[in-house]
Amino acid sequence: MIDPRVSMIDERMKEIGKVIAVSSGKGGVGKSLIATTLALALAEKGFAVGLFDLDFTSPSTHIILGIEDVKPREEKGIIPPTVHGLEYMSIIHYSGDSATPLRGEDVSNALIELLSVTKWGKLDYLVLDMPPGIGDALLDLIRLIRNASFLVVTTSSVLAFETVKKLVGLLLDLKMSVIGIVENMKMDKSAVIKAETGKLGLNFLAEIPYVPELEKAIGNKDKLMNTLLGRKIKELAAGI
Amino acid sequence: MHEWALIEAVLAAASEAAEKEGLRQVSEVSLKVGELQGVDLEVLAFAFEQLSSGKFKKAVLKMETVKAEFRCRVCGHRWIFGRENLDEDTAEAVHFVPEVAHAFIKCPKCGSPDFEVVEGRGVWLTSIKGEK
Repeated sequence: MIDPRVSMIDERMKEIGKVIAVSSGKGGVGKSLIATTLALALAEKGFAVGLFDLDFTSPSTHIILGIEDVKPREEKGIIPPTVHGLEYMSIIHYSGDSATPLRGEDVSNALIELLSVTKWGKLDYLVLDMPPGIGDALLDLIRLIRNASFLVVTTSSVLAFETVKKLVGLLLDLKMSVIGIVENMKMDKSAVIKAETGKLGLNFLAEIPYVPELEKAIGNKDKLMNTLLGRKIKELAAGI
Repeated sequence: MHEWALIEAVLAAASEAAEKEGLRQVSEVSLKVGELQGVDLEVLAFAFEQLSSGKFKKAVLKMETVKAEFRCRVCGHRWIFGRENLDEDTAEAVHFVPEVAHAFIKCPKCGSPDFEVVEGRGVWLTSIKGEK
């Protein structure tokens, strides 16, 4: 028996210029905020951009965007709704606010289902908010979207960076493209992460201080893009 | 309709299979259709008729439905899923992304959402027949 969905994914993705997967070895480092602000920053520059929340068990980009009651359209497939200029897909369109406990096989199935039926159309960029770690979603992405490029997020903590090193090592072993590393929630002037990134042969894309006012900007796009994080990500987007 | 997207995927996979087997013409495409998604068989058939071209132009679509069976990973209880127990919004959500069943359905015996779909999820291409 053949699962026909996989054969359709390349076709669905063929008009997407670049797929950027925002990833990390650990949770809580700011992936979703960076993925969302990166997508918004690219859209502000006039690009056609999609944002796909692949953190199926703990989605949060909808909260960052302040989304209320938007649904995909059904037209011989699924057309994502447009939110703040982004084509936006998330499992929350289907699960709502309910907890969705998924095992690995379910994560794979949901990912393959959505990739095979979502009609993104022509996009310059599709930004993926990845779940943390090197589990099913990452492995499926590597298997199914070979041209994805990874933007890796860490904090200054050795706990986060050690997991990032494993993630990056895996990606490079598998010949995936890594755009570089962002150091987030930085609380001092240490240059350790920048130096370590250099040792890995990767680009150090940005250092973003801990931004206390960020919490109050969640859900408000304009406020969010005017925070220090938003401004730093705009600078980063200009260089992508 | 979502069914069109599924048939597009079936035709893409069947084309790859026909290519591999060196078939010039395909006479029959067989599918197993799980009941979990509540896929409309008539729409599938219509979409197949409309979308099949080239070596699939004369192909007949055969479909076999498979009941959706769940097994609770906590207590081991097995049960057959019935869409009629779901409200319209939930049925639609499960239609598009069957995994959201874990958000809305619980084991009728112990109440756990930790169950596996033993069979009856999705659409599967089971065989193609044709001339070499």
